[in-house]
Amino acid sequence: MVEWSDFERSTIQNIFANMDYDVVGPKALARCLVVYPWTQRYFGNFGNLYNAAAIMGNPMVANHGKVVLHGLDRAVKNMDNIKATYAELSVLHSEKLHVDPDNFRLLADCLSIVVAAQMGTAFTADVQAAFQKFLAVVVSSLGRQYH
Amino acid sequence: MSLSAKDKANVKAIWGKISSKSDDIGAEALGRMLVVYPQTKTYFSHWADVSPGSAPVKKHGKTIMGAVGDAVGKMDDLVGGLASLSELHAFKLRIDPANFKILAHCLLVVIGMLFPADFTPDIHVSVDKFFQNLALALAEKYR
Repeated sequence: MVEWSDFERSTIQNIFANMDYDVVGPKALARCLVVYPWTQRYFGNFGNLYNAAAIMGNPMVANHGKVVLHGLDRAVKNMDNIKATYAELSVLHSEKLHVDPDNFRLLADCLSIVVAAQMGTAFTADVQAAFQKFLAVVVSSLGRQYH
Repeated sequence: MSLSAKDKANVKAIWGKISSKSDDIGAEALGRMLVVYPQTKTYFSHWADVSPGSAPVKKHGKTIMGAVGDAVGKMDDLVGGLASLSELHAFKLRIDPANFKILAHCLLVVIGMLFPADFTPDIHVSVDKFFQNLALALAEKYR
């Protein structure tokens, strides 16, 4: 089981309590599709992903970004059992969606950068460490059921 | 994933905007790396103080960013331009190249933090590619 310090717990709760999921989600996913274009392979039916402007303005990308961020909420609310919380989602991403789990790490990196841009200097080194630890646990749990 | 003309233009453009703060960016990114990825502290056991904002961290952050700025001017031939730096890292410092990625990520976070409007996804991909190519050039002489 993952051990969370009081600082880490409160930091994670704070970040997500003050976050606009419907803004951050779309931004993070769009950034991921631009910065790591091979991730577009999973979104063949999303229409126009031709360039950054198209990706950032694409309503299906925006929508899916919201879905992903709201999915992250489950981990925020179950920090002591993220592995079990995401077991089903892990199976889904493996068996049905066939997503290379390295992509979770790429999206997590983009999310860190989007949150850093939103929070500015409030995103201190300690806050970044806590946030990235949280995302690392999420990423690991989502990859856990692959075989 | 080599640098296109557009990538080079993007890197030069963002460098123009951030270079006046490059010392701060370097210090912040290095300090952050030592906190967020504690295993990187193993390379600095000779420093009295590895905390963010400490004198050795500030000084070394400035050194690193100086080299990054130099590399911006050498984008047409990073391997050639960084040959002696590569020798330094390969034979003397022997830093595991995985750490170049880690520092690159911290640099991206700090640039994104300090220049949120300028660090668009388009610029981000070019800068990420630049750092990757820089890292490759730095690791050139490793084996």
